[in-house]
Amino acid sequence: MPRRYGLSATRDATRLRERACGLSLSLFVFGGLLIPDGVDGILLAGGFRLERVNALVLILGFATAILWFVRRAIRGDQLYIRPLPGLNAIDEAVGRATEMGRPVVFIPGTGDLDQIQTIAGLSILGRVARVTARYQTPLRVPVLYPLPMAAAQETVRQAYIDSDAADRIDAQTVQYVAGESFSYSARIGGMMARERPAAAIYMGQFTAESLLIAEMGQAAGAIQIAGTAEPEQLPFFIAACDYTLIGEELYAADAYLSKKPALLGSLKGQDWMKIAIALVVVAGAISVSFGLGADFWSRILSAK
Amino acid sequence: MKTRLPVLIGTISGGIMVVAFFGRGAMVDAVADEALVWQTIVGGFALLLGVVSITRVHLGKIRTRHPDRFYSIVLLICLTIMSGAGVFFGTGGGGWFDWLFTNIQAPMMSTMFSMLAFFIASAAYRAFRARSLPSLILLLAAVLVMLGRIPYGQMIYDNLPTWANWIMMIPNVAVQRGILIGAALGAASMALRILLGIERTYLGG
Repeated sequence: MPRRYGLSATRDATRLRERACGLSLSLFVFGGLLIPDGVDGILLAGGFRLERVNALVLILGFATAILWFVRRAIRGDQLYIRPLPGLNAIDEAVGRATEMGRPVVFIPGTGDLDQIQTIAGLSILGRVARVTARYQTPLRVPVLYPLPMAAAQETVRQAYIDSDAADRIDAQTVQYVAGESFSYSARIGGMMARERPAAAIYMGQFTAESLLIAEMGQAAGAIQIAGTAEPEQLPFFIAACDYTLIGEELYAADAYLSKKPALLGSLKGQDWMKIAIALVVVAGAISVSFGLGADFWSRILSAK
Repeated sequence: MKTRLPVLIGTISGGIMVVAFFGRGAMVDAVADEALVWQTIVGGFALLLGVVSITRVHLGKIRTRHPDRFYSIVLLICLTIMSGAGVFFGTGGGGWFDWLFTNIQAPMMSTMFSMLAFFIASAAYRAFRARSLPSLILLLAAVLVMLGRIPYGQMIYDNLPTWANWIMMIPNVAVQRGILIGAALGAASMALRILLGIERTYLGG
C-alpha cells in the first residue's frame, strides 16, 4: 500500500479524526445508557430498558461490522459491489436530456427530512446535479416539504460550485411546490406536460402518488429511473419506469456512484449482517420446525 | 465548519433519540421530548422558506412574462386567499379556511386520487404484455389473483381463490419480507453512517 503525502494525507487524517470523534460521541451515548437505575446527578441517569437489549446487541454488532469494513476499505482493500443497471443509466439519461435540449427532473421522494429515504435521495441528487452541471443540462427538483427543499438547494448549489457552474443555478432549479401530496402530483403533472423532461429520476420515499407521477413522466416520453424502499410502491415503479432500484439498492446508490471507500465499506458490513440474519432465520426455522426452542427464539428476537 | 457543525448537530440529535429508545427515566424522556419540540419549531420556520421560494419563483415568471405566467397568477391568488383565510379568520371548523378546504381543495385532491384508476389500467397494460418469461409469469400470476378475488373466479373453478391466496401469502410475502429486511438494514446502515459522520453527501459534501 503506497503511502500518501501532502494534502491528500492531511485530508485522510482529518477525516479519520472526525470519525473517531463521532465514534467517541456514540460510545459516550451508549455508555450513558449503562448507568444503573437510581444514580443521581448524572445527565443521562435513569437506567437501561433491559427488554431492548437484543436491539442494542444487534446495533452494536452492526456498527462493529460496518466500522471493520470501513477500516479495510480505507486501508485499500478491494471490495466488490454488484452492478446496479439503474444507477449506470443515470449518465445515459442525463446525456439523452442534453442531446434533446430538455430538462432532467429529480424528485427526492415525498417524505420529509426525518425520513432516511429522503436523505438517501438527496445524496443521489448531489451526484445527478454534478452530471447535469457538467453537461449544462437544466435540472428541476420540485419538493413537497420545505426542509428537504433547503437541503436540496444546498446539495445542488455545492454540486454546481464543484463543477464551476454556480452561475447556472436559478430559482426554478430547486423549488417548493406544495404541502399536500396530490397537489404536488398535480404540479408535477403540469410540469411534465409543459416542459416535457427527457429524463425523470425518482429516489426516496413515495406513497400513493408514485404511480401518478411515474405515469405522467412516461406520457411525457422521459427515460425514468426510480428507487424506493416502500414495498407497496415498488410494483408501480417497476410497471411505469425503465429502471427501478429495489429497497436496499436505494441506500447503496450513493456508495455505488461515489466509490468512496468509507461508504463502500459500510455496504460490505451491511451484507455480512444480512448473512448473519439469514443464518439466524434458517436456524430458527429449522429449530422451530422440529419443535425445539420456540420460546427461546421468540424471547431473543421479539421487539418491544 | 460549514459541514462539521451540521454533522455535529446531527450526531448529538441522533444520539439523544438513541438514548431515548434504549434508556428510561424522566430526564431521558424530557430531553427527547424537547428535541421533538425543536424539530417542530424548525419545521415551522422552514415552511416560511417554502412560501418565500414559491412566491419568488412565480413572481419571477410574471415579471419576465413567461408563457405560463397565467398559472403563476392563479397560484399566487390562491396562496393569498388560502393563507389570508387561515391567518385572519382561523383554521377552526365552520370558518372560511375550513370552507375553502372542504369545498375546493379536498375535491380537487380526490380528483387527483381517482385518476389513479386510469393510470393503473395504463401501467398494467404495459406491464402485463408477455414479452419474456418473467413477464409471462407476472401475467399468469396477476390473472389468477384477479380472478381469485372475484365471485366469478370461484364460479369458473372452486379452488381458484385458494390458489390466489397461496400466491399472495407465500411467494408474495416471502419476497416482500426479503425486500423489507434488506431495506431495514440499508436504512440502519445509512443512519449509522450519518451518526458517525461518514455520510455527508446530503449536506453537499
